[in-house]
Amino acid sequence: MPFPIASSIGEFFDAYFSSGWAWTLTVVLHATFILVVFGLTPFLWIWAERKIAGRIQDRLGPTRVGGRFGWLQSLADGLKLIQKEDLVPKAADSMLFRMAPYVVCVASFAAFLFLPFSDGWVAVVSDIALYVLVAILSLEVIGIILAGWSSGSKWSLFGGMREAAQMVSYEIPLALCAIIPVTIAGTLNLSDISRLQSGWFLNWFLFHDPFTFITFFVYFTVATASCKRAPFDLAEAESELVGGFHTEYSGMRWSFFFMGEYASMYVVSAVAALLFLGGWNSGIGPLDAFLIDLRTAEGSAFAGYLANLLGMVILMSKAWLLLFVQVWVRWTFPRLRIDQVMTTCLKYLIPMACVLFLGVVLWPMLMYGTSKGTRTTHPFLEPRGEILGLHAAATPGETAVAHARAPANEEAE
Amino acid sequence: MTLETLLFYIFGLAACIGAVAVVVTQNVVRMAFWLIVSLGSVAALYFLLDADFVAATQIIIYVGGTLVLLIFGIMLTASGPYQKIKSSPGEVFMGAGIGVLLLVLLVGTVGAIDWSAASRAVAGPDFRPTTGEGYNPAGQGNTTRPIGMALLGPRPDKDLGKPEGSKLSSGYLFPFEIVSIHLLVVLIGAAYLARAKRRVQKVGPDSRE
Amino acid sequence: MSLDSYLLIGAILFVAGVVCMATKRNGIGVLMGVELVLNGANVNFVAFSKFTPLGLDGQIVSLFVIVLAAAEAAVALAIALNFYNNHLTIDVDRANELKH
Repeated sequence: MPFPIASSIGEFFDAYFSSGWAWTLTVVLHATFILVVFGLTPFLWIWAERKIAGRIQDRLGPTRVGGRFGWLQSLADGLKLIQKEDLVPKAADSMLFRMAPYVVCVASFAAFLFLPFSDGWVAVVSDIALYVLVAILSLEVIGIILAGWSSGSKWSLFGGMREAAQMVSYEIPLALCAIIPVTIAGTLNLSDISRLQSGWFLNWFLFHDPFTFITFFVYFTVATASCKRAPFDLAEAESELVGGFHTEYSGMRWSFFFMGEYASMYVVSAVAALLFLGGWNSGIGPLDAFLIDLRTAEGSAFAGYLANLLGMVILMSKAWLLLFVQVWVRWTFPRLRIDQVMTTCLKYLIPMACVLFLGVVLWPMLMYGTSKGTRTTHPFLEPRGEILGLHAAATPGETAVAHARAPANEEAE
Repeated sequence: MTLETLLFYIFGLAACIGAVAVVVTQNVVRMAFWLIVSLGSVAALYFLLDADFVAATQIIIYVGGTLVLLIFGIMLTASGPYQKIKSSPGEVFMGAGIGVLLLVLLVGTVGAIDWSAASRAVAGPDFRPTTGEGYNPAGQGNTTRPIGMALLGPRPDKDLGKPEGSKLSSGYLFPFEIVSIHLLVVLIGAAYLARAKRRVQKVGPDSRE
Repeated sequence: MSLDSYLLIGAILFVAGVVCMATKRNGIGVLMGVELVLNGANVNFVAFSKFTPLGLDGQIVSLFVIVLAAAEAAVALAIALNFYNNHLTIDVDRANELKH
């Protein structure tokens, strides 16, 4: 049986099944893959966080379960949580109370659908991937608010209120910061944004200009806050609110909140890596060129898969590095007060994001001029037109139409 | 039955059940939850209708923005836990009656019109709706660029391929600007309306007594 | 799926919204009814944009509707908060001071 050359799982199945079945199988397979990643990330990182926290506090962290490093600690935790009684307080609104953890979990899981893992390895190919991703991540907050409200406890209610206020505010700088690389790339497609950053690491949007360099740090701060991680974890501030929104939760429902939290930490870190840190590109020019050759070469699908696997490892290590920083920050910095959290966002981060946005828009004009004949793009970004298929089109209008559906009445002419 | 049809039934049912549950439920927060279910399913229907950008906007503005705001408002205005403001039976009866009549009227109207004939009457005898199997086949849902162009004025989605010198379609630059100004006005107005009204206490040498 | 099935969903959302607006006495409940009505209209617009020669215009109109609905919700909530500050309830039947 010849190994079919397929650029995606869908094409692979198309070779063997009728189109409807191939599509269904592809959807199921993608969902399963993502579910595995979604499940394994918290599994690994809850253990890692305990180890890192231990080291930072001059302890050992877990050491017993699963051998020397306690690496099965998450499994032991999970088993313990499954055995626990599933309590619903008398004062709680039981339907919403039961539903809230699932809302959180589903929202952060759905974000993985639009997250590319490597070139072409993405469940849903969409030209607005970043937009949908930010939109879906903003759904997680609803689960938290519902949990806080429905618990029937004032600690939970306070946690829910804080989360609502914090999220509504932090979404603005998050979106503004995410838009900045988009203005440089000219596309909302996360895969295209990452493709544009191939080559040496100076091509990464982090080093595109001084404004993007600052933007990355602003984005990362805001992203940490949007995952309600310390020092912004006011919704669950245990020193003031017992446990905040999850005070009344126990067992598996409690752990769903944390699965959602770690998964969305991974998502925002991976988005940061895709937007600013070159995505799946290694940052070493010749290596990237070699990998791109492998991916595009005719007749060697297997080598392409290997190149993509390496890309996935690179992207994951970048994202995990950022995750490590989030954990590191959590165990190093003291928690802010709620008014300080709101001030940070409304008085500092939003104006900063606005100024950075203006700066990024004006930068090419200042550096390269706008008149005809002079260079209007960054010298590192020469291949962007080819990647986006812009050179082929004569006018901007045709480019737009290349991505649009063909109007049916034109087909008739 | 294709998966697309199945998805349509799932999300269509969820949208309708959510909407009816909003009407039937008395608890305000549960109403908000059902509204989330309904509007989220509508977003999924937009994806099925190849309108990715509208769907994402629906999620980010409606579900992630407006509804969080609504729940926030409920929390701020609730006088007790799980507040219920009941309607009287007469109102419920009237409402249900009017609703059923309106639904019959709307469904009757929808059923009475031959939509494909109407479309052919507008666009010529060869009009066929764009169809495709699955989500976003052949990039049909990638409407971001044409929408962006239309908001700026030019309409490549309609005008491309027309003979030279023919009349061009109009864009949406002016409504777009008006909406921007409108949003700014609303931003300021809402902040003004909702600001905490504290009585300013004169702090001076007299007030210490 | 055909246009009719989407229009049916739009009609159900619209009617649910109208009934919600008519029967709820909670100010925020009325607001939710308005959102449902606007969504019912939006489903129709987007469905027309796929199945009829309306094309992209349907999607753009629905975008405007979404944006204006968000603006309307913000103002309505501000009014509800104000009303609550003055009356300690958001029962819309209590807003009858001009009658007396």
